[in-house]
Amino acid sequence: MSTKSLVGIILLAIVVALGASSFYILPEYQKAVVLRFGKLQEVHPQTGLNIKLPFADDVRYFDGRILTLDAPVESYFTVQSKRLDVDSYAKWRVSDPALYYISTGGSELVASRRLTVRISDGLRNEFGKRTLHEVVSGERDELMDSLTKIINMTVGDELGVEVVDIRVKRIDLPQNVQQSVYDRMAADREKEAREYRSKGKEQSEIIRADADRQKTVIEAEAYRDAELLRGEGDAKAAALYAAAYNKDAEFYSFVRSLNAYKETFNNKGDLMLVDPDSDFFRYLKGSEGGK
Amino acid sequence: MAWNEPGGNNQDPWGGNRNNDGPPDLDEALKNFQKKINGMFGGKGGGNNNNNGGGVSGSAIVVGLLVALIGYFALGIYQLDAQERAVVLRLGKFHSIEEPGLHWNPPIIDRRFPVNVTIEREYRTGGLMLTEDESIVEVPVTVQYNIADIRAFVLNVKDPEVSLEHATDSALRHVVGSTELDQVISDGRDKIVSEMRQRLQQYLDSYSSGINIVGVNLQEGKPPAAVKDAFDDVVKAKEDQERFKNQAQAYSNEIIPEARGKAQRTIEEANAYRDQVIAQAEGESERFNQLLVEYKKAPEVTRERLYLDAIEAVMGNSSKVLIDVEGGNNMMYLPLDKLTEQTASSRTSKGITDSDIRELSDRVIEQLRREQNTRTSRGVR
Repeated sequence: MSTKSLVGIILLAIVVALGASSFYILPEYQKAVVLRFGKLQEVHPQTGLNIKLPFADDVRYFDGRILTLDAPVESYFTVQSKRLDVDSYAKWRVSDPALYYISTGGSELVASRRLTVRISDGLRNEFGKRTLHEVVSGERDELMDSLTKIINMTVGDELGVEVVDIRVKRIDLPQNVQQSVYDRMAADREKEAREYRSKGKEQSEIIRADADRQKTVIEAEAYRDAELLRGEGDAKAAALYAAAYNKDAEFYSFVRSLNAYKETFNNKGDLMLVDPDSDFFRYLKGSEGGK
Repeated sequence: MAWNEPGGNNQDPWGGNRNNDGPPDLDEALKNFQKKINGMFGGKGGGNNNNNGGGVSGSAIVVGLLVALIGYFALGIYQLDAQERAVVLRLGKFHSIEEPGLHWNPPIIDRRFPVNVTIEREYRTGGLMLTEDESIVEVPVTVQYNIADIRAFVLNVKDPEVSLEHATDSALRHVVGSTELDQVISDGRDKIVSEMRQRLQQYLDSYSSGINIVGVNLQEGKPPAAVKDAFDDVVKAKEDQERFKNQAQAYSNEIIPEARGKAQRTIEEANAYRDQVIAQAEGESERFNQLLVEYKKAPEVTRERLYLDAIEAVMGNSSKVLIDVEGGNNMMYLPLDKLTEQTASSRTSKGITDSDIRELSDRVIEQLRREQNTRTSRGVR
């Protein structure tokens, strides 16, 4: 192999190497800074094919997309000093690549760590201003919006990042508090259950009482009607008796008395002490009637 | 570093192609190619070698360039499955979205990110969470989503699916946290689903993630295991309530008809009484009337006869003691209670026999005599 061809190959290699290091492609999803001998040379390179100085320029790429910061679970206190375990996340992106590179060295990890501290502080403040109820339901959006604004006021200038959104994933009560919540829930349910049962008894009593009332009324009305009927019968009977007996009152009382005697002394157990002088026995002492 | 920076599984320029047999493996392609070259130029090359040393290196360079060129072209060939689309960046800028089929894009200049877009993805989550009334409830949820905007999905957000998971957890807890426990457990599900879907989509849109929520399935909210018994008891209590009511209704259904029946009986009895007394009165008065007619014809005899009949009946029917003693003596002592007792007891056993009466009257008379004797003796004195 001749030196000529060897030189040719080497030259070709150098040309290729130079060509390759004279260009760089910045994709849409990335941001970059160009360092010339370690000094910031270009802070906002265009997306697409760019030219750089071979060997002198160093391109540092950063993710330009929205990134996720999954914050660890932390405990915060509400305004009533209730402790809550809060799991949150934040969405952020690099807004100023130069500042981002200077403050974090372009490391997502470093940036996340510093953001985490700020977000925890922010959450602590926001939680400390609100009640549990406001945090859990009423003011979640407001809380997050205001926290996002507050954090963006500083991180843009300090870290070169922009927080898009902060959200709370979970707000949980600590384990020991959970138990008392369960107790309260159970008590609430017991209340409800008792209410159902006593309402059932109430309705039951109402129905029963109504039934009893109806029964009594029905029976009383029947009694009334029955007495009316009896009275009617008695009256009619009395009228009949009166009409008949008035024809000879003396004879009636005689007949009626005799009947009454028969009715009264119809029992062998009735013991009569009889005076033989009575009219009935007038022939007992003699055929002439004892006169 | 920059080459692999996009990171995610789907976004790796080569990653998507490993699963399908798109472009042939680079090494293999080169090897095959070299073999062919060697076969074609082997003999000839040898001949050239003898004639011209410089020619050898020249042709080698040409061959090398050819190999590189073909390799370059081969690398740009890929195919997309029917389920896939690919975002293509040319020199870092968005160029096109490729449809399924065979494609060629110049390597290095273009980068491609194939993504499965038709498959419906799913994320399940849930767990214990707080409700508006500060109770704890367990709500499992499944979110179905697909990729509506592949360009946004690839280029705007890092780990868009992780973002979806976070956003789902947040939206679920937000909506449940704004809902009362009873609503979560019973009839508020539709509202939770629609609110959550709206909120989740809003979050994802604010990240421009290109993800479209197809559906949110909320399974029945469950009370935590620790309070399950209490919740079950409420259900039982509701049943009890119904039971109490039904029992009372049964009672009512039982006694009212009974009372009506009884009332009817009372009235019927009264009717019967009325008819009875009237009939009796009619009968008795008619009897009296007829008797009176006969009495009027012969009052003395009839009266006497009636009297004797009656007294006969009375006397014949009762026990009697004939006291044939002169004068209304108020000192006479008769142990009437004992007499009646005796007669009653003997009667209960077998009735009074004639001998009983005889004995009794004997004793009575004896007693009376004794009394009289003592009295007369006292009177003599």
